[in-house]
Amino acid sequence: MAVTAIGILRMKNLFAVVMLGGIYSLLSALMFVNLDAVDVAFTEAAVGAGISTVLMLGTLALTSREEKREKKPAHTIWLPLLVVVATGVALIYGTLDMPAYGDPNAPVHQHVAPRYLTDSETEVGMPNIVTSVLASYRGFDTLGETTVVFTALVGVLILLAGRRRKEDENPTLEELEEREDEV
Amino acid sequence: MMRRKPILRVTSKVFMPFILIFALYVQFHGDFGPGGGFQAGVIFGSSFILYALIFGLHDVKRVMPAAALEVISALGVLLYAGVGVVSLFVGDNYLNYNSLAEDPLHGQHYGILLVELGVGMTVFSSMTLIFYIFVGRGR
Repeated sequence: MAVTAIGILRMKNLFAVVMLGGIYSLLSALMFVNLDAVDVAFTEAAVGAGISTVLMLGTLALTSREEKREKKPAHTIWLPLLVVVATGVALIYGTLDMPAYGDPNAPVHQHVAPRYLTDSETEVGMPNIVTSVLASYRGFDTLGETTVVFTALVGVLILLAGRRRKEDENPTLEELEEREDEV
Repeated sequence: MMRRKPILRVTSKVFMPFILIFALYVQFHGDFGPGGGFQAGVIFGSSFILYALIFGLHDVKRVMPAAALEVISALGVLLYAGVGVVSLFVGDNYLNYNSLAEDPLHGQHYGILLVELGVGMTVFSSMTLIFYIFVGRGR
């Protein structure tokens, strides 16, 4: 994964960058399989490696394939480097307080997780606990997520699909149908 | 593009039903195996995107018009929220599926199935429609 990430940074050919991005997603899907999070791996493989790669390619078709060459960097590298290093140090300092990875006494494993694991069979009756947590215990969250996806769609529709209709303000029904056919 | 590339055309045509069936399996088997509405919706959508990549946007729109996708995406959210409203009407909390059937466990089962179907519908139509819009802009 690290090699792919560095490759993405150094490349100028955007087509190759998009392809490497897909490979990166596929590798992280494998990582999720290793962590036994098959649901997440599913999503990562389908969305990250599949759909977003295709969307990127669609965007490339609208723009150009090569990154523009900058004549000389517009700024020095020192300020960004300082910000990145400072953030990294702060994050690492933050992890010092965290319980060890996989520690069974960590707060995450003591709060509601035991109830999900032991009682979901009798309360919800689903063998797959992930599904019962997602759809039943956390039903409100998932409703919110679905709404977010829908809102994103509406946003894209307004931004990209609405523009063409401005060309003439009051098209007749036949014109609309014709346009529908052309697209 | 359509005349050339016979290998791509034939393999994608052969794979289409399997991808669709797999998406439905992930959708309705999500309570037993890994998966659920979101994953199923994405897989279902990506099969249409594959079809559009090989055969062009015009052909896929004859199967699944953009207007239908708009309706489906709204229906998905409506289905999810509607299940919550139904459980309100039978005298329970919003989105509490226990009261949807005589047996609380069956109620949970129906509730989760319907809710996941709503998620799947919205995710599928959103992904496909966003793809339509992106690709359709170049023309």
